[in-house]
Amino acid sequence: MSVLTSLMRARAVRRGRALPVATVRHLHLSPRPLVFVPLRLAGEAAAPLGAMVGADPADPRLLVVPQPRNRELRFAFMAELAEVVLTYLDGFGAEPAGGERFADAPQILVPNPKGIAFIRLLGRSTRFRRPDGPYPVPPSVPRLGTWLTFLAERGEHAGSSLLVALTQALGAHWATGQSAVEDGNLAAQLGWIDPPPGLTGPEAADAAEDPLRTPPAGPDTDPGFDRLVLERSIAAYDESGSPGQVRAALRTQLEPTWASMWQAVELLRRLPDAGSVAGRWERDRTAFTREYRRLAEGGAPQGRRDGAVGAAHRLARLEAAQQEFAAQCAFDDPLAMVEHLLSGKAFRGTVVEVDAARRIVPPGGKRASCRPLVVVEAADPVLIPPGKTVRSPRRPRQRAEILRIEGNRVTLQLLDGMGRAAVPEPGSVPEHGQSVCYADLDLGGGRRPPLPALEETPWTHGGPPAEYVPTDDDALEAWS
Amino acid sequence: MSRLDPVRGSAEPVEHNARTIAALAVNPGCDRRAVLDAAGVDKRKTARHLGRSGAFGRSPFAQSRENSFADLVKADGAAHLLRLLRERFGLSLSEVAYVDVSDAGADRRAEVRHARTRTELARAAEGRETTGTLFDNPMLKLDVAGYEVYLEPRVIAFQVRGRFHVVEIKSFPIVDDQADAAQVSAAARQSAVYVHAMRCVFADLGLDPGRVSHEVLLVCPKDFANHPTAALIDVRPQLSVLRRQLARLKRIDHILDGLPAGFTLDLRPDAAGTPTRPAAELRTALTTVEARYAPECLDSCEMAFFCRDEARAADRVEALGRSVREELGGLESVAAVLALADGTASPTDDQQEIAARLRHVQLLYAEAVA
Repeated sequence: MSVLTSLMRARAVRRGRALPVATVRHLHLSPRPLVFVPLRLAGEAAAPLGAMVGADPADPRLLVVPQPRNRELRFAFMAELAEVVLTYLDGFGAEPAGGERFADAPQILVPNPKGIAFIRLLGRSTRFRRPDGPYPVPPSVPRLGTWLTFLAERGEHAGSSLLVALTQALGAHWATGQSAVEDGNLAAQLGWIDPPPGLTGPEAADAAEDPLRTPPAGPDTDPGFDRLVLERSIAAYDESGSPGQVRAALRTQLEPTWASMWQAVELLRRLPDAGSVAGRWERDRTAFTREYRRLAEGGAPQGRRDGAVGAAHRLARLEAAQQEFAAQCAFDDPLAMVEHLLSGKAFRGTVVEVDAARRIVPPGGKRASCRPLVVVEAADPVLIPPGKTVRSPRRPRQRAEILRIEGNRVTLQLLDGMGRAAVPEPGSVPEHGQSVCYADLDLGGGRRPPLPALEETPWTHGGPPAEYVPTDDDALEAWS
Repeated sequence: MSRLDPVRGSAEPVEHNARTIAALAVNPGCDRRAVLDAAGVDKRKTARHLGRSGAFGRSPFAQSRENSFADLVKADGAAHLLRLLRERFGLSLSEVAYVDVSDAGADRRAEVRHARTRTELARAAEGRETTGTLFDNPMLKLDVAGYEVYLEPRVIAFQVRGRFHVVEIKSFPIVDDQADAAQVSAAARQSAVYVHAMRCVFADLGLDPGRVSHEVLLVCPKDFANHPTAALIDVRPQLSVLRRQLARLKRIDHILDGLPAGFTLDLRPDAAGTPTRPAAELRTALTTVEARYAPECLDSCEMAFFCRDEARAADRVEALGRSVREELGGLESVAAVLALADGTASPTDDQQEIAARLRHVQLLYAEAVA
């Protein structure tokens, strides 16, 4: 939470409506996302109760487990879910092989972070199952489990858009007049951002908090619903063997959230893509393509735990993604830059002197190169020490080194991004009088920590791990 | 007769359990909650009477799952539990004895069972035997704001080599050696209540309370099966929070001193238990005790929606969350924040810094959006 978002929350209170805290959309939004609203049975770790899923707002598929304690019915549910999800995923992987990555990738949208946690658990509980042996399941079930695991893991990377929780996506773009805790309720958050005609934000949010009028977005159901409706419906199934009553009951709980999900998609769609979104989506596509091909070649499900090297790699990747995402957002969006301007990691100002023709022999070099000098009169306090390399949102590929800071005058030396000629390419050097912004933010792309190969895992970390092979025990794990 | 009885009025005090006592520690700065809890006022009924009850309550499915798992752990003379304890404490098969404290004969009253729990614990504590002993169904007692509260834990006390451990059974899973952090910390808060109550019994018996370990054995289902597994958790931080809050409830007199004469939160239930007190009157009475609302209350206190209405009506920044208030320099009201950001109010000396910051943010926002 930044000062900007906090101040905008205060403004939203007064205005009775949410306020934007982003000028562009920082996530990729697929033209055909798969919306998935799962529910689970209260008190159980990963007992699915039902779900609404589909890529067409007008045609949701309702899946239910009429007796959630029945293992057979749970796997029947997972098989049915696999049919929907795998058909959707395969729609992106059907291209001729060979290319580096598929032209597009799937995008699964869930209401909230708990939905992602539930997807991870569902993946964990199904990916080791086998189509043969004592408790056979349809082959699609472990395949779905492996995909759900992949999606949940990929979703941990900042800026990845393969699996998105919509409350988080909305929260990154709007500040409501309520707290972050209350923003965890998708319908209430939407109430502030886009209230129905005739209602103010707080009125709409208030209505959304009443579980009778607006059922919770899952995966946990309303305890009152469990007590008054669900228990009876499940009992009716146990007696009659007909799932009709459970289906009808769960439909009432899922339909409002289904509508909210698509409302949120529409709101996000109205925002223009941020500049770096395409690049990040490309990485998502690469990750999807790799996993798709790995599984097509009979790849095993992911292990239970990472080995030492794998964990270190994962951590490094997650940290790099986090840093890079923060930097890219700031370069894409002046509102995201505000935070860095306040903390002194960035400054704005006006160019007051330019020496574009300057050529020097850089230390360690042999020939003279273009090293133009630019003096900026900073409008904000500059806390970046001289010697640091900074970049400007206008020319994110160009590095500039801070040579000195005298009062509010910052002298910069441009290092690259000016073409190969003896004089800088036109437009590649800031001009006199121009407003500029420079930031000390790491756009990534380099400096990975040197980690040993898997087979060179040091003895301090347990030595090289045995290759993970799913065992019979994994496949037979009870799911009670 | 306590000063708190007239505050509650004619209704029986609500019974505390580890869950409610643990909840006391969530917002220790709230006078309103301290008074309501100390007096044993039924917060749920109160909130409902004021028309601001939230979606509180537990699902029957969660309840029955919890019960069935606890039954499984304790079935056949706690066979599963004995196995886990042997593994965890490295005991051999013959070394664990089992005592069911609820086997006290026909008299099932709490006092009687508590007395028997004391006797059994004292005997074990003085015996210094090296074998382990398991105490099932103990009845503990705690002083909450001058009231004696009996706690009937589903937990079991386990004595080994002179140290006593509390065992807590929970039905959330430990999947691949990892459990949900929020659920573990809730379990730790509740276990701390039992550790504290057991230490009180020890102190009362003239024994060293330090012999009750701060390490609690948490028993949970392993992965997705019904098979129990266990982990030791350290509840020292939760214990100190709990002790502070219980001490604070003892000093409830200070809060009561500040309240008007004749102050009561009585709902005036009729013969059928339906409240007859005018809601407006009750509201006025409640608002004389200061609350310290934060959004986290929504998960842990039945009065939260009422307090939130009040905080919002008073334009308080805290309703937006504690971190928001910190970011906004600790300013109390939304109006003050906006006035400083717009420059329509002149800041006091200690507001200079936040005022400058807010105006700067406002300026940057306007430029960025334009």
